[in-house]
Amino acid sequence: MSSAQLEVLLQTLISGLLLGGLYALIGIGMTLIMGVMKIINLAHGELMMVAMYIAYGLFTLFHLDPYLSVFIAAPALFVLGVLLQRFLINPVLKVDSILPENQVILTVGIGMVLANLATVFFTSDYRSTPVDYATKAWYLSDFWKGSPIELSLSFPWSISFLIAVAITIALWFFLAKTDTGKSIRATAQDNDAALLMGVNVGRMRVITFGLGSALVGAAGCLFIPIYYLYPDLGGQFTLIAFVITILGGLGSTVGAIVGGLILGVFESLTATYAGMGWAPVGRFVIFIAALIFIPGGVVSLLRRQKWGR
Amino acid sequence: MLEVRHIDVSYGDVQVIWDVSFSVRKGEVVALIGANGAGKSTILKTVSGLLRPGKGEILFSESPIHLTEAFHLIEKGIAHVPEGRRLFPEMTVDENLDTGSLKGTARAGREETRETVFNLFPRLRERRKQLCGTLSGGEQQMVAVGRGLMSRPRLIMFDEPSLGLAPILVKEIFHVITRIREEGVTVLIVEQNVKQTLAIADRAYVLENGRVVLEGAGAEVAGNEHVKTAYLGI
Ligand SMILES: Nc1ncnc2c1ncn2[C@@H]1O[C@H](COP(=O)(O)OP(=O)(O)O)[C@@H](O)[C@H]1O
Ligand SMILES: [Mg+2]
Repeated sequence: MSSAQLEVLLQTLISGLLLGGLYALIGIGMTLIMGVMKIINLAHGELMMVAMYIAYGLFTLFHLDPYLSVFIAAPALFVLGVLLQRFLINPVLKVDSILPENQVILTVGIGMVLANLATVFFTSDYRSTPVDYATKAWYLSDFWKGSPIELSLSFPWSISFLIAVAITIALWFFLAKTDTGKSIRATAQDNDAALLMGVNVGRMRVITFGLGSALVGAAGCLFIPIYYLYPDLGGQFTLIAFVITILGGLGSTVGAIVGGLILGVFESLTATYAGMGWAPVGRFVIFIAALIFIPGGVVSLLRRQKWGR
Repeated sequence: MLEVRHIDVSYGDVQVIWDVSFSVRKGEVVALIGANGAGKSTILKTVSGLLRPGKGEILFSESPIHLTEAFHLIEKGIAHVPEGRRLFPEMTVDENLDTGSLKGTARAGREETRETVFNLFPRLRERRKQLCGTLSGGEQQMVAVGRGLMSRPRLIMFDEPSLGLAPILVKEIFHVITRIREEGVTVLIVEQNVKQTLAIADRAYVLENGRVVLEGAGAEVAGNEHVKTAYLGI
């Protein structure tokens, strides 16, 4: 491999990991909801789109940096998630219907309504938040004068990645160490047993939907400095979250993190070596491959490792 | 302490419990025995609020609980160690014990209660960081009992705690149940392991096809001809 080829490969892997970190955050939100409520939230990407419009609005009106809008958009999405769950999804969950997938269909409807509302309010024009650090980057040669290859690290991508990692760690802490976190995990693992332990599982469902929405909302704020925005962008990210959830093993947060990173790297590789337009195809290939070869998701492989020892 | 009065319970349109009444007095060990499918688990689930009686009432310390939400009952002092353990498999032993003490005074005394549980089941102390899904059946049952005790209950209900355990572990579990009662906790136990259960029970009720067909002191029920032939194989 020539040094030019190595350079391309390393640069591709770096972009893939940075993208994967953001994907992981999107996937974790869907996975949490999946674990606790046993439904796939097909409005997930649309919720992210809403958060991005919030960040966009705050930027255009008040010049608020998109990274700071995390503190507004994520809580706003938490509230939106809570309201959706309480007043739309929960009532449907309670109805004994012929179609057990009713709630899933409902989330599709919610997603469509959100996308349409966005078109009404913001038109279907492409939007972005032109921050002044958009093209800022660090270069390897700045740190290592004699470096045989040149690599760059985009400033906004790195910041987005680091914030995504920080949020993921905070979430891990919440789920692992607090009683509310344990109650959420208990509800996901055994609803009736959780009830017997005194867990108000109805409330946990509401909190979880809010939390999942807040996480994808935060991801939206991290995406907008490096991406652009239009009302129909949600569908694509719903699909991404769905692929990650399947890839990771339904309901597993660790699986979602690994799944997000794999998908990010894979998409980055397809974009470099097959062309930009092939990234969605790569996504689809990974999805099918995961369903066929690792039906239990990444987490089932990790677990097999542990038991093998 | 617990008064179950004339309850009917159904799954959908299928009624499985018919006019069942029984009581558990403070400090007693009371057994519900009966064959597979008699309705024992259904009764315990109704007491703990997972199912609602179609008719009748359930009183705990004189106040009705049959309309109370299931998740409030642990705070009132009722712990239910369910059939098949129902641990949280992706949580460690410690975390499962934590889930038993989410509320009230149990929360405040969590570490102290955990110590008593570990003294009762020293093996669990060695396994505290292990995921419950990877424990042996006997260890899982110990965690299930421990998790029930973590709430510092006044009444603890065991649903077939000896199911699927090796004889030596069955002995250990029954021994622990007698120790729990010596600590002043009232016990309601459901079992198919009739002989050992009647040996530790103050009183027993025999359940057949969702109805109570016999009740009496433990020894009395054990001496009953019908029980001898149908359950004890004598
Ligand atoms: N979830 C359920 N749905 C419908 N029927 C059930 C359900 N659980 C138990 N049953 C029925 O109720 C009856 C009593 O069951 P159960 O209380 O589990 O008995 P036991 O614990 O004494 O073995 C059985 O006939 C069983 O088939
Ligand atoms: Mg049973």
